[in-house]
Amino acid sequence: MAEIISLGEAVKRFVNDGDTVALEGFTHLIPTAASHEIIRQNKRELTLVRMTPDLVYDLLIGAGCAKKLVFSWGGNPGVGSLHRLRDAVEKGWPQPLEIEEHSHADMANAYVAGASGLPFAVLRAYAGSDLPKVNPLIKTVTCPFTGEVLAAVPSVRPDVTVIHAQKADRKGNVLLWGILGVQKEAALAAKRCIVTVEEIVDDLNAPMNACVLPSWALTAVCHVPGGAHPSYALGYSERDNRFYQAWDPIARDRETFTAWIDTYIRGTEDFAAFQQKIAEGK
Amino acid sequence: MSAYSTNEMMTVAAARRLNNGAVCFVGIGLPSKAANLARLTSSPDVVLIYESGPIGAKPTVLPLSIGDGELAETADTVVPTGEIFRYWLQGGRIDVGFLGAAQVDKFGNINTTVIGDYHSPKVRLPGAGGAPEIAGSAKQVLIILKQSHRTFVDKLAFITSVGHGEGGDHRKQLGLPGAGPVGIITDLCIMEPEEGTHEFIVTSLHPGVSREQVVAATGWAIRFADSVAETAAPTALELEALRALEARTAAAHGQAGGEE
Repeated sequence: MAEIISLGEAVKRFVNDGDTVALEGFTHLIPTAASHEIIRQNKRELTLVRMTPDLVYDLLIGAGCAKKLVFSWGGNPGVGSLHRLRDAVEKGWPQPLEIEEHSHADMANAYVAGASGLPFAVLRAYAGSDLPKVNPLIKTVTCPFTGEVLAAVPSVRPDVTVIHAQKADRKGNVLLWGILGVQKEAALAAKRCIVTVEEIVDDLNAPMNACVLPSWALTAVCHVPGGAHPSYALGYSERDNRFYQAWDPIARDRETFTAWIDTYIRGTEDFAAFQQKIAEGK
Repeated sequence: MSAYSTNEMMTVAAARRLNNGAVCFVGIGLPSKAANLARLTSSPDVVLIYESGPIGAKPTVLPLSIGDGELAETADTVVPTGEIFRYWLQGGRIDVGFLGAAQVDKFGNINTTVIGDYHSPKVRLPGAGGAPEIAGSAKQVLIILKQSHRTFVDKLAFITSVGHGEGGDHRKQLGLPGAGPVGIITDLCIMEPEEGTHEFIVTSLHPGVSREQVVAATGWAIRFADSVAETAAPTALELEALRALEARTAAAHGQAGGEE
């Protein structure tokens, strides 16, 4: 059964230095609040796994929490570059960042394999691409039935996955809807899973076949309304496109970035205090 | 006919390539703009699939990100991202993959990874996203990007997504199921692969564009088809639909639709 606890406690107990961590959410339901808490608690040497690093990993990389990034598309959607990611890759700031690069189809399949308890995923991919030349983990396997040569990639099995969702009930069962990305697979592929939710209700009223993660498959559920901002939670908030734009000049410069996280993240007690401080600054 | 920009010509020319009813896997940015213009003009029944999971999306404004809420809310169904790539793309259900690029070469290979050396890059680009498998498995691929010396290069620093590889029957040798890129639509012209060599050659110039302009904006010795057509100028209807779409997008987002 998942414990219903604060995000601060969940990160303290279930995210360790050196862990492989997946904060998933495909544009929708990105667990931003969890990345803030990881920065506040100064977790180090993390291997970060995520299809689209987005602002959530730009933060963690710039704050010096990451030693390695596993990803498949690293931009600021609709805006341009992730400057902290680029600075780490191009200039090694604030520390060198090892990168392990895949395609979306590869990573989606690798999460499915992880959730399925398999050591690797098989897909038709990469023929003619240079990616296997720079990522030795992309290998091939020959189909024993047809002889077709297919791509084989190791499954993703994080120590801890964090996702954001719309609702939990008081037992810690979680309901999510809208663009689901690889959240369910990431949750089930991990040894431990923390879910932040918009609200905790008496009854999920989940339609049959809805995407429900049962409490017993999760580790912790934390009530963090708005915890996906500037991403969104369908039915609760809209994507804050202006924040994604505003992030560009903040992240472009090392000092501006550091001052921003010192003020807004390290200088606040939790995500609610962060939200209040941001609102005051407007 | 009202005046139009070269970008508008590019978007309109790309939209015309999508047949009504085609199932189209859409990249964000220029491909998404062209695909939605097609849906709003000549091809109302085109099926737009975005890699985040929406199938049959019918957004009223252009998405800024691949996972904007409106894509989900207007879709026929929303499936997990793993399913999009496994059942719908790899399963052989995509007629047209519609891609943008940072750089393209004469065989329609695409770079979206790095400029310079991979391990000490001059410019780190966002990376592959869904493009390598779209380029591999869609029955056909269309590429849309603005033409310049920097974007149409003789040799790619990195092949992220394969087109016709080294040309000739290389793509077939690689065992890729789809036919690969069948058109590159730019702000100057339309290029299509030459039979046999699969090298992209100019088959249609947009109105008012000279061969010299195209040569100057291409990093390889670009060739022209024996008979080069002139692209039909955007119609009043096409321009009206495109401008209305862009105005709705700007009003909704406070900025234009995402470019990549």
